Amino acid sequence: MKPRTDSRKFKTISRRELLKLTPVVVLGAFAVPPLQKPLLKGGLAVSDWISARLFRSGHLAPTFADADLTPFEKFPLNGYDVDDPGVDFDKWTLTVTGSVQKPGDYTLAQIQALPKVTQNTRHVCVEGWDVIGNFSGVRLSDFFKMIGVDPTARFVSVECADDYYESLDMATAMHPQSLLCYEMYGQPLTREHGAPLRLSIPTKIGYKQAKYVTDLKVSHVLEKVGYWEDQGYSEFYGL
Amino acid sequence: MATRAMEIEDVKTGEVTEAVYEHPFLVRLCHWVNAVSLFVMVGSGFQIFRAFPSFGAKIPQKDLLDWPKALALGGWLGGALQWHLTFMWIYIATGLLYIGYQLFSGDYKQVLFVRRDVPGVWPMVRHYFFLGHKPLTKEAYNPLQKHAYTSAIVLGILSVLTGVAIWKPVQFSWLAWMMGGFHLARLWHFLIMWAMLAFVFGHLVMVVLHGWNNFISMWTGWKKDPEYDSE
Repeated sequence: MKPRTDSRKFKTISRRELLKLTPVVVLGAFAVPPLQKPLLKGGLAVSDWISARLFRSGHLAPTFADADLTPFEKFPLNGYDVDDPGVDFDKWTLTVTGSVQKPGDYTLAQIQALPKVTQNTRHVCVEGWDVIGNFSGVRLSDFFKMIGVDPTARFVSVECADDYYESLDMATAMHPQSLLCYEMYGQPLTREHGAPLRLSIPTKIGYKQAKYVTDLKVSHVLEKVGYWEDQGYSEFYGL
Repeated sequence: MATRAMEIEDVKTGEVTEAVYEHPFLVRLCHWVNAVSLFVMVGSGFQIFRAFPSFGAKIPQKDLLDWPKALALGGWLGGALQWHLTFMWIYIATGLLYIGYQLFSGDYKQVLFVRRDVPGVWPMVRHYFFLGHKPLTKEAYNPLQKHAYTSAIVLGILSVLTGVAIWKPVQFSWLAWMMGGFHLARLWHFLIMWAMLAFVFGHLVMVVLHGWNNFISMWTGWKKDPEYDSE
């Protein structure tokens, strides 16, 4: 026997069941203009927090055979910014500040005196394309040993000759494939690719690979995140 | 099938109809939250696609499709990524909650397309597309429906896996490798979205064809005058 009810009671039951779905309406907050921005910013922050947890210090980015390399002339350039900020190579130094034992100006020769690392890694652009490039340089971790980075510091930020700026979390900076890069495809960096020094961080998205690096700061608190991040892109964007 | 059913007596006419509780609360909640998040994922996905409307190498880039901005969400790549990376967690959470509930409750048996459903697919196709007589069914869902829902669940899982493969090609490099590489993973992600949209289209057509009582049951759980015998 099925229980019997009348149509009025059935309406009440149905309404009660419908009201249980009120949480669905909460999603409508994303459509309210003053709430939309903070909600999406919060969502991106959650995503970044999870990204940082997914990062594994010992896990290497895939490396590729020379045959897989994108030809140098097909390695895309960033069309949004200047291709040559007119760096004077003779006067160029890397200015190191912040939580380090030996702050100061470092010449390219001092950097190049550290062990050289060459790797074929994938450069992934936030737009969706990718290329496989050949990058040489010194490990950021080796450079950090040389300048005596405070082991409790949390961030590394860089400033560039073209007014670009970027930052990295310390775990990523200390990753064995994170390079201060001064050569691509066995040749000194060309001006379009960020001469004389750029970042090559295969565990990060393309806009983190800052070119024309002039200043490096180690800190516990991040004051400036990054050029694209300030316009709404992910702060962590680990691959 | 342990379905709750009841008889409803109309207070005015005294006419008695039957109603069946078809959709438990969690299923309804997951359905609608997931539907909203799928809409956001597809809309923002199109805006993300607009930034590089191609697959494979960057140069030479052949634009596959000039998707109109009006049919995309987020305004620009950065905005679309905020939507995509926010709602992916809602999409994943409702998907997991749904699958978990189906397994826990045993209801998956009425949704999951299994071998014994195979012979029933063709008669249903004939009914829908060639106006054949409607085969009798003793279950909540007919074999063609089960096939559609099971496919949607599989597509949902694949959309997440292909998405993770292109979002985290280093931490989950094995995923991209399984999909034939980074370029193909991005193509799969795109194609799976179209397959999902094909399901949504068919689903909506069926919703319209099956009328109000059926539509309302996804909101209240209760379906009046079900087409099958509840006992």
